[in-house]
Amino acid sequence: MSVKQNNLKAWFKSGSPWIWMNAGAVSIAVIMTLGLLMVIAVRGLGHFWPADIVEADYQIPGQEARVMAGEITQIEEVPRARLAASGLPVEAEGGEFMTRELFKVGNRDVYGADFTWVVGEWLSNQRTPENLTALERREWGNFYGYLVNVKEAGVLVAEGDASWPALQERIERVEQLHTQLVRLEKKDIGRINAGLERIRLQTRKLELQGKLNDVAQAELDAERAQWDAEYKVLETELIALNQAFNRDSVTLKTVDGREVTISMGKVVRAFQPNAMGMGEKLSFYFAKLWEFVSDDPREANTEGGIFPAIFGTVMMTLIMAVIVTPFGVVAAIYLREYAKQGPLTRVIRIAVNNLAGVPAIVYGVFGLGFFVYVLGGSLDRMFFPEAAPAPTFGTPGLLWASLTLAILTLPVVIVATEEGLARIPRAVREGSLALGATKVETLWRVVLPMASPAMMTGLILAVARAAGEVAPLMLVGVVKLAPSLPVDGNYPYLHLDQKIMHLGFHIYDVGFQSPNVEAARPLVYATALLLVLVIVVLNMAAVYIRNHLREKYKALDH
Amino acid sequence: MNDLASETMTATSKSLGLDFNTPALQRKRRMRALKDRFARWAVSVGGLAVLGAITLIFFYLAYVVLPMFQGASLETRKPVQVAWLNEAAAPLLLTLEEQNQMAMRLDQSGKVQFFDAKKMQPLSSVQLPIPADVRIASVGQDQPGSNRVALGLSNGQVLVFQHVYKLSYPNDVQTITPSIEYPFGEAPIKLDPQGRALDHMGVSLNSGTLMLAGSTGTELHVLSLGREENMMTGEVTLSEERVALPQIAEPIKALIIDPRHLWLYVVNGRATADVFDMRSNSLNGRYKLLEDGKLEVSNATSLLGGISLMIGDSSGGIAQWFMVREADGKAVLKSIRSFQLADSPIIQILPEERRKGFFALDAKGNLGIFHSTAHRTLLVEPVAEGQALAALSPRANRVLVESDGQLQRLIVDNPHPEISWSSLWGKVWYENYDAPGYVWQSTSASTDNEPKLSLAPLAFGTLKAAFYAMLLAAPLAIAAAIYTAYFMAPAMRRKVKPVIELMEALPTVILGFFAGLFLAPYVEGHLPGIFSLLLFTPIGILLAGYLWSRLPESIRLRVPDGWESAMLIPVILLIGYVSLAMSGHVENWLFDGNMRMWLSNDLGIPFDQRNALVVGLAMGFAVIPNIYSIAEDAVFSVPKSLTFGSLALGATPWQTLARVVILTASPGIFSAVMIGMGRAVGETMIVLMATGNTAIMDMNIFEGLRTLAANVAVEMPESEVGGTHYRVLFLSALVLLGFTFVMNTLAELVRQRLRVKYASL
Repeated sequence: MSVKQNNLKAWFKSGSPWIWMNAGAVSIAVIMTLGLLMVIAVRGLGHFWPADIVEADYQIPGQEARVMAGEITQIEEVPRARLAASGLPVEAEGGEFMTRELFKVGNRDVYGADFTWVVGEWLSNQRTPENLTALERREWGNFYGYLVNVKEAGVLVAEGDASWPALQERIERVEQLHTQLVRLEKKDIGRINAGLERIRLQTRKLELQGKLNDVAQAELDAERAQWDAEYKVLETELIALNQAFNRDSVTLKTVDGREVTISMGKVVRAFQPNAMGMGEKLSFYFAKLWEFVSDDPREANTEGGIFPAIFGTVMMTLIMAVIVTPFGVVAAIYLREYAKQGPLTRVIRIAVNNLAGVPAIVYGVFGLGFFVYVLGGSLDRMFFPEAAPAPTFGTPGLLWASLTLAILTLPVVIVATEEGLARIPRAVREGSLALGATKVETLWRVVLPMASPAMMTGLILAVARAAGEVAPLMLVGVVKLAPSLPVDGNYPYLHLDQKIMHLGFHIYDVGFQSPNVEAARPLVYATALLLVLVIVVLNMAAVYIRNHLREKYKALDH
Repeated sequence: MNDLASETMTATSKSLGLDFNTPALQRKRRMRALKDRFARWAVSVGGLAVLGAITLIFFYLAYVVLPMFQGASLETRKPVQVAWLNEAAAPLLLTLEEQNQMAMRLDQSGKVQFFDAKKMQPLSSVQLPIPADVRIASVGQDQPGSNRVALGLSNGQVLVFQHVYKLSYPNDVQTITPSIEYPFGEAPIKLDPQGRALDHMGVSLNSGTLMLAGSTGTELHVLSLGREENMMTGEVTLSEERVALPQIAEPIKALIIDPRHLWLYVVNGRATADVFDMRSNSLNGRYKLLEDGKLEVSNATSLLGGISLMIGDSSGGIAQWFMVREADGKAVLKSIRSFQLADSPIIQILPEERRKGFFALDAKGNLGIFHSTAHRTLLVEPVAEGQALAALSPRANRVLVESDGQLQRLIVDNPHPEISWSSLWGKVWYENYDAPGYVWQSTSASTDNEPKLSLAPLAFGTLKAAFYAMLLAAPLAIAAAIYTAYFMAPAMRRKVKPVIELMEALPTVILGFFAGLFLAPYVEGHLPGIFSLLLFTPIGILLAGYLWSRLPESIRLRVPDGWESAMLIPVILLIGYVSLAMSGHVENWLFDGNMRMWLSNDLGIPFDQRNALVVGLAMGFAVIPNIYSIAEDAVFSVPKSLTFGSLALGATPWQTLARVVILTASPGIFSAVMIGMGRAVGETMIVLMATGNTAIMDMNIFEGLRTLAANVAVEMPESEVGGTHYRVLFLSALVLLGFTFVMNTLAELVRQRLRVKYASL
């Protein structure tokens, strides 16, 4: 503004305060967005870092001092009065604030809870002993303590400092056994269960059709016997593996002197973060990160990985994309190319546009009522009478989740494709028609290829929206823990009727329905980060394609 | 269009030695034409089918919702004249059992006849052990479904019996075996010591204590019987206690005992009810049941649960009364609502056994179906000529009527009586409540307490959440849109717009989780900081702007116009940091170190950690980009000729903006706000995670709420398919759909008109 402002009054009169206020609004929006992403990124990524385990003496005034150890996960300043109000014996004088620290003390089986708030001022003699060991376990969360000894089948193998290498060695062995166990349980025994179930359904089907005669029965029995025999073999193998798995044990002493013996089968990994160098910490960090995206969840989803959720999300979105693309494109082509342009098409267009703004939960309700109960129910009656009363498709599942999301994202695809079709210059079509091509040839050979980036944009936006949507899925097929993936080696390989896990729902469920929210919180941040990343990448791709497209047609127009 | 099918090529290409009309080429052309026609047909059908499928959503939701608002229907079967009925004495009581297969008829001679409820053929009969020369003077029934009956005899004694139906499956065939049991012994119990006829009876069993009330004229006799069964021998011992109550002046008409044994209702005289407090054995009060002096009470019954009294009068009116605790703690009997059947006296009121509905029969044989809480009259139809006696089946889907020596079976279809417009949206006075209110409580512990399905608190919560979200989002988004579209440097605009688009793409589950797990506890701990942030941010921005204008020109000119936003980012970060950092000090200084306690203790404002403030912040965040992108579009596409004209006439940029641009773009901004509102109303995950989901009606920003959408997400998976609750949830989805659809359509129309206007400028 070139007019020189002499005083406050003139400045106000010129209107620039309002301009500044408007500018501030933009800044606030930007800060909010970037701030949110930063908080999620920092908290999500920080989770995998092997933080030092701090050992300290903790003395609440008027009580005996005790030793405690754990990771400090949060530090905050709290007014002294508030601490006093919460019933802690805080001295009346002293600074205005006191620090409060959240210790992850682990050892849930020993202490009952694995997080404790402590007052920073009452901690003394903080130290980080190098041989303080953290055990990540399959249940009860982390264990912190000093190694005492390692036993093999009850016989002492190593003691004191020698136990550390012995422990590492045995963890590796257990890890291998664990992989075998999982493969045996999930793959081989899963196959047998699927086979037995198939025989049961077949028997029931024949029974319903009245064709169950002795011959068929004998055949089925033979098949069943075969499966049973196979199972017997696997069972002995399983028992042997389990015994080997739980052969060794490790004994640790907590910092306050309690000795605990832990079966090696329960240990996922052991580490001594205080002794780790930067390089070790980094490699540990990436190992944990990899575990997070590739492993199954443990301990009611609060530990381990989120692979099934990633897989479920991807699977569902893929199926949705396969459904939504043809339908959306056909509807858009009809609206733009074939329908008579008039008030009716205008109304339809507005309606389709508005459907994109209809709350997602409404689609969920529709999906549950119509797809699951009406469509699924009739499918069951027609094709799966043998499974009754257990529903096959008449219950929420992958197919219905994908269909619901397909309907939800249909407007997105229609609108984007239509826009793309509208952008194609008349001259191009007319040129094609003038050369003698029929309408469908023009469409197929000229218009659609040119509009394909627009369709792509629409599809990507649809996928991004579908990947982030949770509310409708809660009704039509997402569960907190699916026993198996929707794709496996058992016939029919893709199980459309199965319930799935989903990243977004995982966030909601672990963050809000989990019994141990404090322990689950970092994992929720990490999951959220992953989801944000997926969606940001998808959206960026859509934006890029869209901009690219605009440039292209700008050139065509002139 | 090229029509290939009929045409032969007429082009003079023969000169080139080419023949376009060879059979092969013609065939190919015909094929191409066929393909074209087929594609046209396929695309049209496919496109219309897709569009139809989308509209199916609306129709399907409506299809599920509609049955709720349909009344009841009655299917009458032909009256059956059966021989055994002619020989029997006049009926006293008629009942139907659970499976609708069997009925029971008690006549004045004390004979209980069980008969087939379809063909009306007699099955078995039992003669009740009534002493000789004694007749049955009155019948009293316990709660619906208890099948417990007390007969008042003419010698002042009472016989209590129960009709029991045992289900068994011998040879896979369902068989019902009826029987009569006497839980308090076969010998009649003496109620009136003087042995007069008991002309009215009331009976109630509550945890082993049987209370009997009988009347002889104006005299009241109440007996409390304890029943103890010896564990070893199975012997039953009864302990008797006579309850002395104040006497009544007028002849008694009906006796009803509250199943919790708190109250005894004595209807007497023309239309008076005396209510006795059974804990202190004293009179609670005397209530006038009918205002009109010409009318009198013709029937009184209690509803399921025994809390409500239904009083039928001689002009066909039925009123619901129950005890209500007043402000001073005293309970009084109050008239809650009234129904009208026809104009003849009500002679029988039949309460349902599973719901708070009831059937009523009048002296002219009209049958009415009502629901008390929903205040609904579902059906009124004549079923008999003149006096009749009716029975209602436990599932309330069959009625049996005896009149004129004939038995008639009626099939009732009444699936959703508990829903009405007034019960969904209006204040409803529920039993056990002190005043009418809006309550959402979809599941109840027992059938005695009905589910309370008022959508009002949910709609209120929805609007409350949307209001607080809009309070944050609308000003921020519009201001940001105006700045981006009008003042911002193009280079910066290219950087800012993707950020806002990113903001739009963030999944709401992430915003919800962030709000619930991070923001809510943070806001609780930093309340003063949050409020000072709201206060100081504008002040700080203005201050920064003013200081900037005071800087020497040499510095100012280095930053081109339109980069104010970038310069403000550090300023706002600083303000934010300072506000939040001094939050604790302010709290210590002003609020004794705990603002939350101060709010709830000193100001009396209840505080929830997950409250409307947090929702407002999180959902505001979600809504900002929606409003922003549309408002920005509207402001940006204001024709440049208008702004240039205004600037050329000497207006400052701000004047041009305020007087020309915003004025022209205001419909667009309005439609942006509407779309934002639509989004805020339908948002599910954020409210689900960031509020406590308590269905309360309170504008307090520090309390939680429950929205329609979140409610559907929470309750839908556990609602029974096809049940009333399920349909009400569908209705809330339909309401959401309708609301957002109307909002969006309006916004879209406004925008289209605006576009036309711009084009004409």
